[in-house]
Amino acid sequence: MKIKAKGVTNQTTIQNLITYAIVILFWVFIQIWSMAGQMTSLLNGLLVPICTYVILAVSLNLTVGILGELSLGHAGFMCVGAFSGAFFTKAMASVIPSVGLRFAIALLVGAAVAALFGFLIGIPVLRLKGDYLAIVTLAFGEIIKNLINVLYVGKDSRGLHLSIKDVASLNLEPEGEVIIKGAQGITGTPKASTFTVGILLVLLALFIILNLVNSRTGRAIMAIRDNRIAAESVGINITKYKLLAFTISASIAGVAGVLYSHNLSSLAATPKNFGYNMSIMILVFVVLGGIGNIRGSIIAAVILTALPELLRSLNNYRMLIYAIVLIVMMLFNSAPKAIAMRERLMERIKGGKGKGAA
Amino acid sequence: MKKVVSLGLVAAMAGSLVACGGNSAETTTAAATETTAAEAKETAAQGEKEETEATDGGAALEGSFKVGVIGPLTGDAAAYGLAVQHGAEIAAEEINAAGGINGAAIEIQAQDDEADPEKSVNAYNTLKDWGMQMLVGTTTSGACIAVAAETVNDNMFQITPSGSAVECVANPNAFRVCFSDPDQGTASAQYIGENKMATKVAIIYDSSSVYSDGIRETFVSEAPSQGIEIVASEAFTADNKTDFSVQLDKAKEAGAELVFLPIYYQEASIILKQAADKEFKPIFFGVDGMDGILSVENFDTSLAEGVMLLTPFAADAEDAKGFTTKYVDAYGETPNQFAADAYDAVYAVAEAAKVAGITPDMGASDICDALVPAMTQITIDGLTGTGTTWNEAGEPNKDPKAVKIVGGKYEMQ
Repeated sequence: MKIKAKGVTNQTTIQNLITYAIVILFWVFIQIWSMAGQMTSLLNGLLVPICTYVILAVSLNLTVGILGELSLGHAGFMCVGAFSGAFFTKAMASVIPSVGLRFAIALLVGAAVAALFGFLIGIPVLRLKGDYLAIVTLAFGEIIKNLINVLYVGKDSRGLHLSIKDVASLNLEPEGEVIIKGAQGITGTPKASTFTVGILLVLLALFIILNLVNSRTGRAIMAIRDNRIAAESVGINITKYKLLAFTISASIAGVAGVLYSHNLSSLAATPKNFGYNMSIMILVFVVLGGIGNIRGSIIAAVILTALPELLRSLNNYRMLIYAIVLIVMMLFNSAPKAIAMRERLMERIKGGKGKGAA
Repeated sequence: MKKVVSLGLVAAMAGSLVACGGNSAETTTAAATETTAAEAKETAAQGEKEETEATDGGAALEGSFKVGVIGPLTGDAAAYGLAVQHGAEIAAEEINAAGGINGAAIEIQAQDDEADPEKSVNAYNTLKDWGMQMLVGTTTSGACIAVAAETVNDNMFQITPSGSAVECVANPNAFRVCFSDPDQGTASAQYIGENKMATKVAIIYDSSSVYSDGIRETFVSEAPSQGIEIVASEAFTADNKTDFSVQLDKAKEAGAELVFLPIYYQEASIILKQAADKEFKPIFFGVDGMDGILSVENFDTSLAEGVMLLTPFAADAEDAKGFTTKYVDAYGETPNQFAADAYDAVYAVAEAAKVAGITPDMGASDICDALVPAMTQITIDGLTGTGTTWNEAGEPNKDPKAVKIVGGKYEMQ
């Protein structure tokens, strides 16, 4: 019994190590490539966004794949994380002069705030059966975006001032600084995100999620996904485990948001970056990479983030081609005919190998 | 076995990604050289034409300056980005035909940013790979701020045709052609106050747009000193901009004599239609975003009768005739303010380049160092203002023009 369990553990450990190895190899490869001077500015600029989207895809896979609940507001958590992180970095500029240290704390702040929102949303919704989480998270994403668009926060010697009307009603002292300026959002966040930090955060997110999945807690979460009634009957506290998984997922999305906000100097909540479409985009990464397949999410996020940019030379056709690639990948991954064909191909390769060996 | 298979697939995917990266980098450069060749041919052809037409002018152009343009060429704001691209192309063509910058041609490449800061930085990096030496962009404010942070690091000369937020030109290497948001708000309030157009003013604005909110803010702060009372200040957002009856009702109830619309023309056209349905007939006053309202599809232009707007450019104006004809011939639509801004931006770059005496073989950073002081010395008689000069802060100095729509046409006030 014990030996068998050990065997299973070994297998998953190897799988997990392969996932880590892929990420680390990607980092090494990029480092060598940039040292050789082969990196284009475009690819260089894409590295941090790729890390951001990989983290988002991996964290959403925890909700969608492992917990089995549909979330359509992942960009909302990213938005919360991005704004709280960037706000912290801006507001603490005089207290903590080191940008690196501020960024590190901002990552924690972003994670904590996003986790708080995830927790608050989860409390009422995760008690329910059915697709309520999808509806509520969808609404959450849109509400957050509009809320931030009317939010004005300023800082002067008397402390923080908050308003939802305009800058004038903040009553700032003349030397006061407006940090969040309504629709314009936060401007002038220092560019602290680097590729190495991004990769470290990807590894951290993977470490947290993969370990969670392979723990007692993770097995409980998957038991809820597979059969709620059976899980309940053996005494698993359904709401607790659901809430745990969802909060962790939201918190990691918050970290991705902080990474995003420290990569660009202008952060505004537009339908483009934190809207419904972005949430769907992250969901596409997860679905395309295979629901519940963490490694698949990483690969899908990398390909789908890089592809539209690498196709820039095709000008107006790039979005068309991107859409076609999306459909082809979808078919290749899940159409029954495509799967049968893949299996036949594999059989042939296997057969060929057998012959070669003989 | 399954593991091996999945590993193989992963490897194949990673491989294809790498291959993809490599290939596309190659194709990009290939495409770039192709365009260079094509444009060189074109300029050569133009040169020839000119030589045949006029015996004295048109020496063959040697080398070319690479000027990048960034704007939303797809998506909701595509109209602005395309206008900027087209305006810049027309200016470049004219300059090249007239002998270029000290004998060097201007080569334009436009990249799409979908009005998104992240995509805009990608577009900027793509242009850098192409070898861009000067940037005319970006078109929208939010994206412009993000790109400005990159250009200041690279010391790349930047002139934005239409990035109107204050922060767009905060860096010493950045200039703009359009008015800044605060300037527009103040100028509008002053115009209304000085001409005694109304004392009770309602504002309908887009609270999710930096542009709209920025103008409203300065308008509100300038209003009291002009004897204007703001009776209603109603917001809408990018997510619900098809029904304005609530905002209009409030403005009507408050007894507004004038409705100030610091918004873009699509929404303004809907507001005008709905106000007409409600038989609400105040004076409508817009800013430069209102320019283009007469070209909205299926819009009854008689609804816009009497609408006033403060704009730097009017396509019907006498001095813009040549540009408008060229634009309509080439792209089949009436140019708007964005096209004119981009046109002036390219002329400003060319003029500054002539003053600074830069050559195409100089690096982007050296060019920037030479152009920045030159920008404050030049005077441009452009489409968006005559005698425009720039100060060291990067702001243009020109007078706004007020126009009134009469009989479906702009009439200068």
